[in-house]
Amino acid sequence: MARPMDEIRWQDLEIGAAVSEHGSSSEYKTGTWRSLRPVVDKDQCIRCGVCWLYCPDVAIKQSEDGYFEADLEYCKGCGICARECPVGCISVVIEEF
Amino acid sequence: MDKFSVFSARLVEKGEYFTSGHRACQGCAEALAVRLVMKALGRNTIVAMATGCMEIVSSPLPTTAWEVPWIHVAFENASAVISGCESGMKAMMRKGKLPPKKINFVAMGGDGATADIGMGQLSGALERGHDMIYVCYDNEAYMNTGIQRSSSTPWGASTTTSPAGKVSKGQYTQKKDMPKIAIAHNIPYVATACPSFPFDLMDKVEKAAAIEGPAYLHILSVCPTGWRIPSEEAIKYGRLAVNTCVFPLYEYEHGEYSLTYRPHPILPVREYIEGQGRFRHLGSEDIDSIQERTRMEYEKLVKLSEED
Repeated sequence: MARPMDEIRWQDLEIGAAVSEHGSSSEYKTGTWRSLRPVVDKDQCIRCGVCWLYCPDVAIKQSEDGYFEADLEYCKGCGICARECPVGCISVVIEEF
Repeated sequence: MDKFSVFSARLVEKGEYFTSGHRACQGCAEALAVRLVMKALGRNTIVAMATGCMEIVSSPLPTTAWEVPWIHVAFENASAVISGCESGMKAMMRKGKLPPKKINFVAMGGDGATADIGMGQLSGALERGHDMIYVCYDNEAYMNTGIQRSSSTPWGASTTTSPAGKVSKGQYTQKKDMPKIAIAHNIPYVATACPSFPFDLMDKVEKAAAIEGPAYLHILSVCPTGWRIPSEEAIKYGRLAVNTCVFPLYEYEHGEYSLTYRPHPILPVREYIEGQGRFRHLGSEDIDSIQERTRMEYEKLVKLSEED
């Protein structure tokens, strides 16, 4: 977004409250909601991508070496990835900010 | 059974058309369902969305989580607006004002918008035969405003407007069978799906997009907040709903029913009911009556699919 979200006033909105910039919600970091954090054990990970497919927050990204890891800027800490991992290589730990 | 294995997850389309930063609750399976539907539909899509959870969480001004043209309309008229979009674009293509192109016209709504408030307009759009897809995300109550009952709430579920207590056992009516109502319109494609079976869901969405004419998809979306379950178990409860036959996965294509997934063995309904806070007050005989009804409904469906 051209300007930070909290600086936009109502005068700046387009007619009909249209939003012309697609996907701009990624400006808002939902990671601050988190109380639990997923941790991947790379020795056990088989890089299947099941955690990525089941993540409701699109927070799991594939890194260059093929491993799937949570993007902590968006991860809300729901724990679905840890629960659904077929090899059980994801554990959740209490987040300390 | 191959398409139900999730081990080929890496082969799924990488593009995201419903991006991160949306404000859905932790573990929202409805957000996951929207994400998977959009993955299957791709970029050439126009979405009209009725008021509801997904509209609220995806578009707080001045941001949007959508990567495709998207319009928010009132509870009633998502299907009416998308019919207008479809007709308008068709006319513009015929007159040569737009290059001819295959566009997916999709209306989305929750169970309240579909089964209660927007039902007349949905019926009209299905009857007129627009080339559109209607997707209903069924989380079995008005979760967005704080868990009020809808006509899609199952019997026995406690919500804020059907509270369980000394006199009441929660919701006292049965869940409205919305897919059957859509089938009664004689439209080419109707299917039920659940995001716990992502490949099945995406297959059905692709099929609905490819078919000429209206298609209706009913997607069971587990709501950890409203169903009173831990957020990490959202996928598990979706799977249980299907494996206990509370929510069978089937499709209706050009007049023929087919079950796309037959759970084997069929799990007792108790497993699905017991962990959920909204059913906490139900006794053993209540669960037995749900079991009996579920078995009957499923047998009816099996009979229908075997007739064809």
